Amino acid sequence: MRADPRSARWAWLIVAGLSAFLAAFAVGCGSDDSGDGGDSGAPTELGAAEGEVNLVAWAGYVEDGSTDPKVDWVTDFEKETGCQVNVKIGNTSDEMVQLMRTGQYDAVSASGDATLRLIDGGDVAPVNTDLIPNYADVFDSLKDQPFNTVDGTNYGVPHGRGANLLMWNPDEVSGKPDSWDVVFDKSSENSGSVTAYDNPIYIADAALYLMTHEPDLGITNPYELDQEQFDAAIALLKEQRQNIGEYWSDYTKQISAFANGDSTVGTTWQVIANLLEADGVKVETTLPVEGSTGWSDTWMISSEAKNPNCAYMWMNHIISPEANAQVAEWFGEAPANEKSCELTADANHCDIYHAADEDYFDQVFYWTTPVADCGDDRGDVCKTYDEWVQGWTEVKG
Amino acid sequence: MEAADVASSAPRRSAGRRLADLLHGRPRLQVSALLAGPVGWLVIGYLGSLAVLLAASFWTLGELSGEVEQTFTLDNYEQIITEPVYRSIAGRTVLIAALVTLTDVLLALPLAFYMAKVAGPRAKGMLVVAVLVPLWSAYLVKVYAWRTILSQEGALNWALAPFGLDGPGYGNVAVWIVMSYIWLPYMVIPIYAGLERLPDSLLSASEDLGAHPGLTFRRVILPLVFPAIVAGSIFTFSLTLGDFIAPQLVSSTQFIGTVVYANITNNLPLAAAFATVPIMIMVVYLLLARRLGAFEHV
Amino acid sequence: MRLSRRSKLLLRVGSSLTLAFIYVPLAIIVVYAFNPSRTLTWPPSGLTLDWFGKALDNPGARDAFLTSAQVGLVATAVALLLGTLAALAVSRYRFFGRETISFLVILPIALPGIVTGVALNTTFTQVLGVDLSLFTIVVGHATFCIVVVYNNVIARLRRLSTSFEEAAADLGAGPWQTFRMVTLPNMRGALVAGALLAFGLSFDEIIVTTFTAGAGDQTLPIWIFTNFSRPNQLPIVNVVAVLVILISVIPVYLAYQLTRDEGTTGPATTAA
Repeated sequence: MRADPRSARWAWLIVAGLSAFLAAFAVGCGSDDSGDGGDSGAPTELGAAEGEVNLVAWAGYVEDGSTDPKVDWVTDFEKETGCQVNVKIGNTSDEMVQLMRTGQYDAVSASGDATLRLIDGGDVAPVNTDLIPNYADVFDSLKDQPFNTVDGTNYGVPHGRGANLLMWNPDEVSGKPDSWDVVFDKSSENSGSVTAYDNPIYIADAALYLMTHEPDLGITNPYELDQEQFDAAIALLKEQRQNIGEYWSDYTKQISAFANGDSTVGTTWQVIANLLEADGVKVETTLPVEGSTGWSDTWMISSEAKNPNCAYMWMNHIISPEANAQVAEWFGEAPANEKSCELTADANHCDIYHAADEDYFDQVFYWTTPVADCGDDRGDVCKTYDEWVQGWTEVKG
Repeated sequence: MEAADVASSAPRRSAGRRLADLLHGRPRLQVSALLAGPVGWLVIGYLGSLAVLLAASFWTLGELSGEVEQTFTLDNYEQIITEPVYRSIAGRTVLIAALVTLTDVLLALPLAFYMAKVAGPRAKGMLVVAVLVPLWSAYLVKVYAWRTILSQEGALNWALAPFGLDGPGYGNVAVWIVMSYIWLPYMVIPIYAGLERLPDSLLSASEDLGAHPGLTFRRVILPLVFPAIVAGSIFTFSLTLGDFIAPQLVSSTQFIGTVVYANITNNLPLAAAFATVPIMIMVVYLLLARRLGAFEHV
Repeated sequence: MRLSRRSKLLLRVGSSLTLAFIYVPLAIIVVYAFNPSRTLTWPPSGLTLDWFGKALDNPGARDAFLTSAQVGLVATAVALLLGTLAALAVSRYRFFGRETISFLVILPIALPGIVTGVALNTTFTQVLGVDLSLFTIVVGHATFCIVVVYNNVIARLRRLSTSFEEAAADLGAGPWQTFRMVTLPNMRGALVAGALLAFGLSFDEIIVTTFTAGAGDQTLPIWIFTNFSRPNQLPIVNVVAVLVILISVIPVYLAYQLTRDEGTTGPATTAA
C-alpha cells in the first residue's frame, strides 16, 4: 500500500500553512487582556446571593473548622447567606495576582504588594462601601490609603494588619535575639538553619535592616530603592544566602521545618508560631528593634466576579466585629474593625498587636509594590518589581 | 437464487461502503484521513501553543504598569544569555538531569536484566507489577515522603546516626536522590523490554564461542540494549529538566523549572524565554536519540 | 545464558537493592498513614486508624478521585483514537514526513511539563479566551497520552503481518470490515495496555494540570497539592495515596497479562 508522495506532500504543506497562519493569527491578535477592566464602577445595590463565592486568601484568613474545630467563622456565614465558601490559599502575593488574573475567583485578600498591580491590571473592581455596613466601624487610619484607594475610588475593605516577626527555637538559638542581626550579620552563628521568606518582597527586609545599620545609604522607605541602595540590599542577602537552610513560602513548610529542626531562626507570621505551639514545638517570637516589614490586607472584588453579591456579603462578614476579632486572634494581627477589640478572647489582644497605635505602625513597613517613581526628589530612578524579581533570582543563585 | 439476491442488493450501498469506495485505490486520501485527527491536534494544538510561547518570549513588560506588551524585543534573551545566574541555573539543571539519568541506568540494569533473563515466569510477572505499581502512587506524596526522610529529624538521619554519619539534608544532593527515585520505573521498563527482545540464542552463541558473561555483556548485550537505555533516558532527562515541584520541596536551590514558574506571573516574556532553553536541549536530545534508534524502544 | 553462581548472586543483590530503594519510601508513606500526629516526624509517635475513616468520609477526596477518573477516561479515549489512527497510518503506509510523526508524537511527553503547561495555558487564556476547565485539562492530558497508545499499537502492528488484512480484502471485506474483524481484535491487547498506561499517566499528572485546571477543578493530584497546605489534612493525603496504590495493583497486573499473552514483550512502553 503505497501513497503518492507528491500529493501527500501537498497535504503536509496545507497543514503546515494552516498552523502557521493560526499561530500568526494568534500572535497578532493574542494577549488582549483577559479582562478589559470588567464593568466600570461598583454596583449601587446588592442583589440576591448567588449560592457560592470563590475566594483567594492567605492561609488562616478563611477558616471553616477543618484546621481546628474551634476556629470557624465560615460555617455561620454559609448558613446565614447561603453562599458556599470555596477558598484557594495563595502562598505569596505573586500567586494571588496570578490567580486573580484568571478571572475565576470573586474576591481576594490582597496585601499592599498586590493591590496596586491588581488595580492597574484591571483585575479588581471599585467597591461601593455603602453596601458594606460594617465598613463604618473600620479604623479611620486604614480607610482611603494609597494601597487601596486610587484617585478617590475605593477598591476594597481593610482586613487587618500586622508585622512579620522573628521566630526562633530557644533550644537551638542561644540568648534572646531582639535584632534582625541574628539572620543577617550574625547569621553564621546558626549557619544551615536560618530561614527567610521566599519572595522578592523580602528584599525590603534587607533594606529595612540597612536603614538602621548602614544609615549612610540614606534608605527611608525599604520599597523605594535606587540602584546603590538596591545593590547593598542584594549584597546583604547574598551573604545571608550562605547560611540559609531553607526558604519558605508555604506556611506548612515552615511548620514542618521548625518541627523537624531544619530551621531554627527566621522571619515568620504569628499564626505559624501559634500552630507550632499547639503541636508542642517550642518557639518564641519577637518584633526586633529595627522594626519590621508587615502587611495591611485589603479584601478586593474581582472585576470578573461571577458571584458579586456573595462577595460583598463575605466582605461585610469578614470585617464584622465578631469575625474580624476571631481572624485577628487566630492569625495574630491587628483587626480592622474598632469594635473587634472588645470581642477578642484575650482582652489585651488589641494592645499587644497595637491595633489603635498609629505610632507603632509607622515603624511597620507594609508590603507595597515597588515602582519606578521614588515618591521623593530622586524622581523615577527606583527599582521596579520585576527588577526585584530578577534580583531575587540572583540572590538565590 | 443467490445470484439474484446479490444482484438485487447491489444498488443499496451503505454510507460506509461508499466511503470505502471513495478511499479505495487512493492511498494518499487514506493517509490524510487517518492523519487528519492526530496531526491536526498535535500540529495546530500543540505546536501552535508552543509557537505562542515562543512569540511571548519576544515581548516585554510595560515600564510602569508591569503588564505584558507585545512589542518585539530581544531583551529577554539578552538577559538570560549575559547574566551569569541564568547560565549557572541552566548548567546546574542539566548536570543534575545527567546525573539522575546515569544513576537510574545503573540502578535499573541489574533489575531489568534479572527480570528479563534470570527470573522464572511467575517471578517475572510479579516483578513487572512491582516496578509499575509505584508509578501509580502520587508523585507529590512520594516527594513529600522524601522531604520527611531527608529532614533533620527524619528517617535517613535516624538510620545513619548509629554509624555517626549525617544525611545530606536538603539541597542539590537531595534533588538528585529524589529525582533518581521518582523516575526509576521509567528507566527500568524500556530496558526490560529491550532485554526481553534480545534472543537467547545470541547469548548462547556468544557463550559457545567462548566468551565469559562479562565479555558477552560488554560486546553483545550492551550494544543491543543501548537504544532502549537511550529511550529510557529521554524521560529521566526531560522530566528532571522541567521539574519545579520537587526542587522546591527538598532544596532551596533554583532550577530551570523553578525560575520559569517564579516568573510566570510577573514576567511572562522572561519565563517564556527561559523556557525555550529546555525545549532546545530536548529537541537536540531527541534528534540524537532518534539517530541512535531509541524511538523503537520508547 | 549460563551465569556463574557469583554473577547470579551479584544480580540478585543488585536487583534487591534497587527494589528496596523503590519500596522503602513507599513503606514510610504507609507508616505515616497510621501516624496520629499532624507533623511528619520520624519515628512516628504511634499508630492509629483514625485517618482511614476520615479519608473515606472526606467529600473533597472522593470528588477529586471521581474528577480524576472522569478526566482520565475521556483523555484516554481521545488518546486511543488519535494514537491508533496515527499508528495505522505510519505502519501501513509510506509517505512524506513519516519519520517526523514519531518525533511529533513524542514531543508533548518529552518536553518538560512546565513548558507544555505554560504554552497551553497561554494559548487558552490569552489567545483563545477560553476559560480553564475540565475540558482544558482533558486537552492537555490527551496530548501527552497519545504517544503511549501510539507506541503500544505500532509495536503490535509491526508484528502483525499484513497478509491477514490482504486476505480479508481478497475475500470481499471492505476496509472498515477488515479493520473491525481482523486488525482490531489482534490489536486489542496493545490497545488495552496503552489505555491503562495512558489512564495512569493522566491520573497522576500534576504539572501540566496545574496550568490547565480551572479554579474549582480538583483532580486528585491537585487535591493532594492543596491539602499539603492544610496541617490537619496531611495524614488524610497519605491514606489516600496508600489506597490508590492498593487499588492500582489490579489494572497494572491486567495490563501486564494482556500484553504478555499477545506475544508482545511486556508493557513495552513507558508511562511518563
